[in-house]
Amino acid sequence: MSPLASENRITTEELRDLLAGRRLPKWAPWAVAGGAIALSLLLTAVGLLGGIAQGAVLAGLLFLFGQAAWSFRVEGRRHATDRFATTLIYTAFVVAIVPLVAILFSVIQKGLEVLRPEFFTDTMRNVSSRGTGGGILHALIGTIEQVLMATIIAVPIGVMVAIFLVEYGKGKLASTISFFVDVMTGVPSIVAGLFIFTGLILTFGLERSGFAASLALVILMLPVVVRTSEEMLKLVPKDLREASYALGVPKWRTITSIVLPTAMSGIITGVMLAVARVAGETAPLLLTTFLTQSLNWNLFSGPQAALPTFIWDQISSGTDPSVSRAWGGALVLILFVAVLYIGARIVARIFAPKTR
Amino acid sequence: MSQQTITKPDPVEIRGSSVRRGDRVFFNLSRGAGILMLAITGAIGVFLAWKAIPSLQSDSANFFTEQQWFPDAVPPVFGIAALAFGTVVTALVAMVLAVPVAIGIALFISHYANRRVASTLGFIVDLLAAVPSIIFGLWGLSVLMPNMQGFVAWIVKYFGWIPLFANPEQVYTKSILIAGVVLAIMILPTISAVTREVFLQVPQGHIEASLALGATRWEMVRMVVFPFGKPGMVSAAMLGLGRALGETIAVALILSAVFEINWQITEPGGNTFAANIALKWNEAGPNGLSALIASGLVLFIITLVVNMIARLIVARRKEYSGANS
Repeated sequence: MSPLASENRITTEELRDLLAGRRLPKWAPWAVAGGAIALSLLLTAVGLLGGIAQGAVLAGLLFLFGQAAWSFRVEGRRHATDRFATTLIYTAFVVAIVPLVAILFSVIQKGLEVLRPEFFTDTMRNVSSRGTGGGILHALIGTIEQVLMATIIAVPIGVMVAIFLVEYGKGKLASTISFFVDVMTGVPSIVAGLFIFTGLILTFGLERSGFAASLALVILMLPVVVRTSEEMLKLVPKDLREASYALGVPKWRTITSIVLPTAMSGIITGVMLAVARVAGETAPLLLTTFLTQSLNWNLFSGPQAALPTFIWDQISSGTDPSVSRAWGGALVLILFVAVLYIGARIVARIFAPKTR
Repeated sequence: MSQQTITKPDPVEIRGSSVRRGDRVFFNLSRGAGILMLAITGAIGVFLAWKAIPSLQSDSANFFTEQQWFPDAVPPVFGIAALAFGTVVTALVAMVLAVPVAIGIALFISHYANRRVASTLGFIVDLLAAVPSIIFGLWGLSVLMPNMQGFVAWIVKYFGWIPLFANPEQVYTKSILIAGVVLAIMILPTISAVTREVFLQVPQGHIEASLALGATRWEMVRMVVFPFGKPGMVSAAMLGLGRALGETIAVALILSAVFEINWQITEPGGNTFAANIALKWNEAGPNGLSALIASGLVLFIITLVVNMIARLIVARRKEYSGANS
C-alpha cells in the first residue's frame, strides 16, 4: 500500500509538492520586481547611481538574479534556469521596443518644431542653410512622382512574374526565378543605384533625373511585389480555377478575371508595403539624381529633390536650422510611410475575400 | 443566340486559334517577366564589372590590399582593404548584438507571449523595419551618439585593457561600435521575423510531448524549438548580415570615413563599401566613379553570396522564405 492511498488527509498543496516538487508562489515574480525597483529607486534617490538609465539596468539585473537565486533555493536548478531564461526573453522584447519608441519620440518631438503649414508649401529656393524657414514642397513632389512612376513600372512586371511562378511554375526555370527573386530582396539599395547608373546612365546616356531614380526603386520593389503577390495568388482556392476551366474559360481569362480579382486586396496590400519600403530609400537617389533646392515637376529632366535626399542634404549642412528642417522632413517621411502602412491594413481588411 | 449554345460545339473551334493564341501570349508575357528578373540580376553584375575595368587597370596599387583611396590622383592609388575591414567589422558588431536579442524576440512572440496579443506584438517589431534608414542615421547621429558617450567611456574605462576597446585618445564618437549598434537595431526586425516564422512551425505535438515529460518551458525551447529551428535561425542571421553589409546611409552619417584598418572599435574611424560610395560619389572624377563602381561590385558579390547561402539553407523548407516579411 502506498503512503498516498493509506493517508487520506493529504492536501492539494502537498500533493503538488510531491508530484512537481516545491514551487515558488504565484506572486513571487511581482514581489521580486517590486523589491528590485524599490532598491534601485532608493539608490538613485540617494545619488549612488548616475541616472534613470542606470537605475533601470540595475533594477533589471536585481530582478534577473534575485528571482533566479530564490528559485534556486526553493525549486532547484532546472526551474531557476527556466526563470532566468524567461526573464531574458521578456527583456529581449523590451530591448526592441525601446529604440522604436525612442526614434518615434525624437522624430515627433523635433519634427513638430518646424512643422507649420508653410513647411509644406515652400521650397528651399533662396533659403540659406543658416536661415530658418524654407520647406519641403519640392522634395514631397519629387518623392510622390518618383515613387508613383516606380510603382507603375514595377507592379505589372512583378505581378506577371508572380503569375508565372504560381500558375505556370513548374520546372527548372520557375525554381531558378523563385530563388533569384529571394536573393534579389537582399541586394543592397546602393547597388540598385549603381546598376541604373552604369547600365542606363553611363551606357545609354539616360539623364540623371527623377526617372532614373524611379528605375532604381523599381529594382528594389520588384522582388517584394513578386513575393507578396505570389503568396496571395497561392491563397486563391483551386476550386475557383477548376470551376472556371469546367465552364470552358481559357486559362488566361481565368487568371485575369477569376484569380487576380480574388487576390487583388492582398496584392494591393503588398504593393503598398513595397512602396512604403522604397519611399525612404536614400542611397539609390544620391547616385541617380542631382540635388536641388527648387521645385521641379519634370520627372524626366533636370535635378529633382526627394524627401530622403532632402533630409540627407539638410543633415550634411549641419547648421541648427537645417538639422531641425531635417527632423521636419523625417517626420513627414514617417507620416508618409505610416499612412501607407495603415492604408495597407485597411485595404486588406475591407477588400478581403468574404470567406463564410 | 440560344440556338448556338445548344448546338454541339465544333471540336475544331474549341482548339480554335483565338483561345490558344490568348493563352500563348499571356504565358509568354508572364514567362518574359520572369526571365527579365533573372536578366536584371545578371545585368547588375555584368554592368558593374564592365564599368569597373578602367579603374582596375589604372590602379597602381593592389586593389585588394591597399587601404588608401585616391583613384583620381596621378597615378591612381586605391584599394578596398580598409573598406572591406570596416564593412565586415561593423556588420559583425551588429550581428553580435542583434542575433541573441532577435532570437529572444522571436521566442517571446512565438512561445511566451499571450496568443491573442502575439500577432500585434509581432506587428510592432515589424514597424521597426518600416523606419527608413535615413531616419536611423539622423537619430543615431544626433540622439544616440551623444547619449551613448557615457556608456562607451565606461566600457573603455573598465575594458580598455582588451585591445578591441582600447581608446587612448578618449574620443568616443563616430566609432564602429556606435555604427554597429544602429545597424543592430536596423537588422533586428529582419532576423526576428524570419526566426519567428520558423519557431511557429515547430510541431505542436513535439512541444506538448516535451512538456508532458516534465520539461520546463526553457528546456522545451532548448530541446525542441532550437533543434527544429536551427537552419531557419542560421539563415535569418545570414539575411540580417546581408542587410548590415549593404546598409549605406545610416553608416555614412555615423562613421567618420577613415581609410585605415583600426581594430579599436570605440575610436572614431571606419568606413564601409556602401557608405564610401555615397560619400565620395559627387566629388569623384571619371576614374573615381569607376573605382567606386569596382568597390560596389565587390559589395554586390559579397551580399549575393551571403544571401544565396541563406536561401539555400532554407530552400529545404520552402515556407521559411522571409522575403514577404
